[in-house]
Amino acid sequence: MSVGTRSTLDGQLEPVAGALGTPIRGPRALTGDRSRFWQLAYNIARSEFKLKFFGSALGYLWQLMRPLLLFGVLYVFFVEIFHVDRAKGAAAHAYGAQLLGSIVLFTFFSEATTGAVRSVVDRENLVRKIQFPRLAIPVSVVLLGLFNLGLNLVVVLIFAVISGVKPTLTWLELPVIVAFLTVFSTGVAMLLSALFVRFRDIQPIWEVGSQILFYCSPVIIPVETVRERLVPNQDAFKHFLYHLYMLNPLAVAFQELRHAMINPHTLSAAQASGSWQALLGPVALVAIVFALGFLVFNRAAPHIAEDL
Amino acid sequence: MGDSPKSKSGDLALAAHGLHKTFKIPEERSHTLKERALHPFRRSRYERLEALKDISFAVERGEFFGIVGRNGSGKSTLLKCLAGIYRADRGEIWCEGRMSTFIELGVGFNPDLAAYDNVTLNGIMLGLSPREARARYERVIEFAELEEFQDLKLKNYSSGMHVRLAFSVAIQVDAEILLIDEVLAVGDAGFQQKCFDVFNRMRDEGRTIVFVTHDMSAVNRFCHRAMLLERGELVALGEPTQVADKYLEVSFGREIGYTELAGDVPRVGDGAARVSDVWLGDMPDTRATIAPQSQPTTLKALVTFNTTVRDPAVTMAIHNEDHQPVIVGNTVIEQEHSGVFHAGEQVVFAFSFHNMLAPGRYEPSFTVSHRGGGLSVIDRYQGGFSFVVTGSVASGGLVEVPVQTEITNHGHLDLQHQTIA
Repeated sequence: MSVGTRSTLDGQLEPVAGALGTPIRGPRALTGDRSRFWQLAYNIARSEFKLKFFGSALGYLWQLMRPLLLFGVLYVFFVEIFHVDRAKGAAAHAYGAQLLGSIVLFTFFSEATTGAVRSVVDRENLVRKIQFPRLAIPVSVVLLGLFNLGLNLVVVLIFAVISGVKPTLTWLELPVIVAFLTVFSTGVAMLLSALFVRFRDIQPIWEVGSQILFYCSPVIIPVETVRERLVPNQDAFKHFLYHLYMLNPLAVAFQELRHAMINPHTLSAAQASGSWQALLGPVALVAIVFALGFLVFNRAAPHIAEDL
Repeated sequence: MGDSPKSKSGDLALAAHGLHKTFKIPEERSHTLKERALHPFRRSRYERLEALKDISFAVERGEFFGIVGRNGSGKSTLLKCLAGIYRADRGEIWCEGRMSTFIELGVGFNPDLAAYDNVTLNGIMLGLSPREARARYERVIEFAELEEFQDLKLKNYSSGMHVRLAFSVAIQVDAEILLIDEVLAVGDAGFQQKCFDVFNRMRDEGRTIVFVTHDMSAVNRFCHRAMLLERGELVALGEPTQVADKYLEVSFGREIGYTELAGDVPRVGDGAARVSDVWLGDMPDTRATIAPQSQPTTLKALVTFNTTVRDPAVTMAIHNEDHQPVIVGNTVIEQEHSGVFHAGEQVVFAFSFHNMLAPGRYEPSFTVSHRGGGLSVIDRYQGGFSFVVTGSVASGGLVEVPVQTEITNHGHLDLQHQTIA
């Protein structure tokens, strides 16, 4: 190791290029030590979860309240008053559970992404004072969303069983659906949290954006209904609209959850899209969003501490 | 500190070569997409702040290395570059071994969580694995002396308890290289002593410590070597005592711009004579503003007489920053009959003493008065000139008088009884 130094005239050590083992290149999105990255992300998420869970006497209940309240309101309006579910015969069975499942999935997406927007800026203190893989912050927000999703899905399943849904083998698709949605949410979370450091109006923009996504996804109005209105028509524009509608990764995930978990009479994501090959569109979109999010975050990571 | 346990082979723990860091401070920051969209071609103007300019240094394994500098000298920026929190614009940094940074204590502490969660999370943040962090919890609580309070949420802790907990977590991190930014000045006296003990222990264990501070006495106490930064440049590197001298010089020396007699200084006295110039050293043209400690020092005052004055007395008083006179000299005792001075004559009164002042800034005052009943004041000069005493000895007293100590062991009490018997 002494090769790396030479003594100057006044006896001080002066480093010579290439002297020591590990070069320090400043903060990055990810470092070589992956286990540390996951430990950090997991533990940040865990402490946040604990805060929500044990922060109040009815911790878990409050956590459930948001999707349940939304569900209650939507159910009363769209099912009891407007009968959205009525037209489609067998597909309408257990519409309540379908609705709740979609709401729960959307809640996950919404929590993960809107929570990520401010996450890096809100953890300014950490970013400016500690060296760690920066990506751990938005990823921890997604993990926190996953914890909540896990609990909420239990409620969905209970609700489904009460509504008369029988467990089937297709339930095994659930991890795939959740993974698909998680990759998409992570991509959006990385993109938004990195952009928010420099553009503070990302927050209101995304609030509106996620609202739009909510109404553009088959949460309230089932895919079958949308399809009935758009596809039999000869109008090419309406066909295009429908394809655009099914390009939405949220639509694919929600519809597949309906089909695989709650009511097999509903269209599967592939059937709704027209073919298995058509599913490549939303998959490619998720891959693009994830890659773009990572690239943007990776580029911003070295300067986040200064730009805050 | 020469007899340190550092290795003789010159192993390096940390090295930096040619570091540059410039911050771009936007004059008017467009923080939103809207502004960008409305003014796409408006280039945001930046003010460039060079925080670090060509910094190169190396720290040996097992060395306690101090980085000192005034506020805004770039020392914290340097530490953040070393820690990997900022990316240096140019230059390279290498380190050998696990490194941990303490820029602030208790980073990421959450007030709504109890000690256990905060300790483990903070430990993981500082580089421990979750298992290590949990295993060390008991030791952390014990060191922080918070056994009775461990179930409380952190928001119910006093600030002292908070700091103790944070410090305890920090020292449980067994990194080979520690980067520490002025976290010493925390807690009550008892806890501070404990912190000092820990730093000594770490030093003796042969860990490499890089310590950023503006407290020179801490540097003198702990550091093997130190480095002085001033406006982003490396000014001095070497023995702590030398760096300390240089530090006092840059801290005080540069801002002394008012050695000329200020016209608006309020003067008292009947005006029969006037102190027209005051300086440090032998000649007025040297204009020294630094008086090194433990050296013969001379302060001189030039007095211009306006009328004939017989046997005037001149008193010099050196005031410290608290405006207390620390050294007072008077011509009355040694030269009662100073002579007769006529109008237009200029006379230099010199006061020499061995400089035993503690390091710091001092302001001399000169009073010319009539001899005899009541010493009526002719002119008093104060407030136009100050000088700085540099030196590494800062015992805490107003003056640094050499003190001899002696320890005599009188043996055991019962032995004494035997000899008496």
